Amino acid sequence: MSNSTQRDTLLRYSAPVRTNHWLVAIAFVLAALSGLALFHPALFFLSNLFGGGPWTRILHPFIGLFMVLVFLALSARVWDDNRMAPADWQWLRQWRDAVNNREERLPEVGRYNGGQKFLFFVLVVCLLGLFVTGFPMWRAYFTLPVGLVRLSSVLHAIGALVLVCAILVHIYAGFWVRGSVHAMLRGTVTPGWAWKHHRAWFRQITHASHPRTGSD
Amino acid sequence: MPLQSLDIIRRSATTTPEPEVRGAYAGTVAKLIDTTKCIGCKACQVACMEWNDLRDDVGTNFGSYQNPADLSDRTWTLMRFTEYENPKGDLEWLIRKDGCMHCADPGCLKACPSPGAIVQYSNGIVDFQEENCIGCGYCVSGCPFDIPRISKRDKKAYKCTLCSDRVAVGMEPACIKACPTGALVFGTKQEMKEHAAERIEDLKSRGFDNAGLYDPPGVGGTHVMYVLHHADQPALYAGLAPDPHISLLVRLWKGKTKPLSLALIALTALTGFFHFVRVGRNEVDESDEQAARANLEANRRPELRP
Repeated sequence: MSNSTQRDTLLRYSAPVRTNHWLVAIAFVLAALSGLALFHPALFFLSNLFGGGPWTRILHPFIGLFMVLVFLALSARVWDDNRMAPADWQWLRQWRDAVNNREERLPEVGRYNGGQKFLFFVLVVCLLGLFVTGFPMWRAYFTLPVGLVRLSSVLHAIGALVLVCAILVHIYAGFWVRGSVHAMLRGTVTPGWAWKHHRAWFRQITHASHPRTGSD
Repeated sequence: MPLQSLDIIRRSATTTPEPEVRGAYAGTVAKLIDTTKCIGCKACQVACMEWNDLRDDVGTNFGSYQNPADLSDRTWTLMRFTEYENPKGDLEWLIRKDGCMHCADPGCLKACPSPGAIVQYSNGIVDFQEENCIGCGYCVSGCPFDIPRISKRDKKAYKCTLCSDRVAVGMEPACIKACPTGALVFGTKQEMKEHAAERIEDLKSRGFDNAGLYDPPGVGGTHVMYVLHHADQPALYAGLAPDPHISLLVRLWKGKTKPLSLALIALTALTGFFHFVRVGRNEVDESDEQAARANLEANRRPELRP
């Protein structure tokens, strides 16, 4: 951890990863608010945040495209650390222990736990789906058969629903596991945090014999 | 509303009832298009252009009398010409005046996400309020007849208004005024059905056994109806939908999915809140820090040693 300035903290997210994450986060919030405005009449008022209905319609696809692009960059950075291993499936099977703060019963966790990895792949699938189904709905630039547009519209709504729910879980988990938000904002965690939540990762980065991972 | 004939009974992207105390007790309106009387003169197209101040671009001839080639933001009604060779080997020139059908259950209105961009009047007319239109094109996806067109200039959706402005003050639509053969008639829906019944009886007596009225029940009936010589094969008339209805996909997208999705999002957020209330945050305590430090001391990487 030679690039960590404080002696007693560990670097969990480097500045490029943090920047990338928050670009995705900002794009997501804007895409979700503009998309929800067009999804349900009760939320149409959200279009005021974007300068009215037509501006919401104009901006939403560009925000969405931007989100997909920055998410692509982020997923390239974290892909290798999110491969599912048998211990991750075991972790997921013990989700009750996880949500009830009985972490000591769970298998040792590397850089990401089973839940985080699962969420990551849900996000990958949702964003790919939203990306593909968004184009037929983008009437300003694309004119495709109406059957395809209708199918895309339904799938786009379902993909967005799953994505919004997944991100709500993600945001709450960040708040729930104290120290996570700070880790993503300022980059560092305490040794105790790493020891408790990501012990295999802790060993990996602090033990001399282990190589460092890609998303450091 | 100052004009009773423009009382709104349905409004897009609106979840509470519209004022519906005043009904159209004298009957809703309808336009009847008798394809068997149409001579394809396009007077209706011209009248539409004139009344609505529309001038489409001059197109190119594609080997048909049909002109322009398709409906557009500035062509709200179009005579579609079909050359049909019947089983006897005779040519039948089938001409159908295409345009908005003014469905009783309008797919465009169901799909529209912008409050009040599409309204349905108590007299049955479905009207676009372009000032509320956001240009998303959902109405195009919702329509079972492929009618609305998004303007390239202002990105607003346009279609036949059934001359709601004229009907509001007791006049017939402009196209009706211009028709020289009486193929177009306008009145209450009931009157139009009765008139159609007479026409169909006459056609049957002339050998058109399958003559009939096109008032498709799949969309709740329409306020623009056709008398067809071949009511058993509407698709002969430039692809008129045999059994139009709002697509299942559109109903899925715009039906229960919407409130259920909001409920699911709210439920997810509430689950988080109550998890916090019941279980609380997952925090690192001093014993974790001590264990971590002990482990660090035992296994320091050489470059981290002070």
